Amino acid sequence: MNENLFTSFTTPVILGLPLVTLIVLFPSLLFPTSNRLVSNRFVTLQQWMLQLVSKQMMSIHNSKGQTWTLMLMSLILFIGSTNLLGLLPHSFTPTTQLSMNLGMAIPLWAGAVITGFRNKTKASLAHFLPQGTPTPLIPMLVIIETISLFIQPMALAVRLTANITAGHLLIHLIGGATLALMSISTTTALITFTILILLTILEFAVAMIQAYVFTLLVSLYLHDNT
Amino acid sequence: MNQPLQRSVGGEPVCSQGLRPLCSAERETLGVRECTCISDESDGLLEFCDVPLKEKKLLEVKLGELPSWILMRDFTPSGIAGAFQRGYYRYYNKYVNVKKGSIAGLSMVLAAYVFLNYCRSYKELKHERLRKYH
Repeated sequence: MNENLFTSFTTPVILGLPLVTLIVLFPSLLFPTSNRLVSNRFVTLQQWMLQLVSKQMMSIHNSKGQTWTLMLMSLILFIGSTNLLGLLPHSFTPTTQLSMNLGMAIPLWAGAVITGFRNKTKASLAHFLPQGTPTPLIPMLVIIETISLFIQPMALAVRLTANITAGHLLIHLIGGATLALMSISTTTALITFTILILLTILEFAVAMIQAYVFTLLVSLYLHDNT
Repeated sequence: MNQPLQRSVGGEPVCSQGLRPLCSAERETLGVRECTCISDESDGLLEFCDVPLKEKKLLEVKLGELPSWILMRDFTPSGIAGAFQRGYYRYYNKYVNVKKGSIAGLSMVLAAYVFLNYCRSYKELKHERLRKYH
């Protein structure tokens, strides 16, 4: 059972060739582009959704921050689509791999911080000390703020990984429990099955929420620094 | 190229100069054979039977010619990329890029994705069957 539970999180390799590349590239197939003013239903729906999300997320930024719109919208689409595709049976979710999430979080966070240091150096350094701290506490607080700054990318990556992995594991476990209980006691199996349905609904929500949270936090780090 | 046929008094088909009549021997509607005038120089209908193997579509290839047809296909990277692109646009224009596209266009893609992932992980799933001996 132990070995089985985590085999679904190993990177797919077929005959030594990395199949994971194809799986990571697959969601791009589901977002077709169209040059027309009035396109088909699929593209219209996606454009509407994208416009809704971009308006909601990028309205707080000034013009310098809004140059990041393309990056942040691609980010939320990618994370949302890979999370949702991972809820299909037998599929592999790239966002369960910490390496991938670190690869997304660190460059984006570093980009935001370095932009802040280059353009508004004084204001960026001022972030290390909150307003109105008593003088004896200043050294300690600077250390704490530095640590809290450097932990931001780690927290971004680990939050996404842990949420998605935990959700998938729970589904595996409860699904296995339902199957095992079916031959023992049908009532308990039905209760477990209800729990499984509720959990799946939660996982759908979590998939989208995590994408949103990731992008929102990056956008907040950007807002601080532009 | 096809011009209306004039029939002479004796019922024989006659075409204007430079054209010759081509009549279908199989069908006789009301006792009259169907004929058209085609240009004398081109063996138009005969050329149709002689399409080179490389340009034939899959359904027109005879079974005996199948191995040589497969070997003649373009297996260069750009050829394979072209094949994928054509396949993608064929699916897209048939099921998604229509006036009233339905959920079926997306669901078929997702079903194929699930199936391919099942095939990929069959080796591990084999051991999870409810059997006494694995």
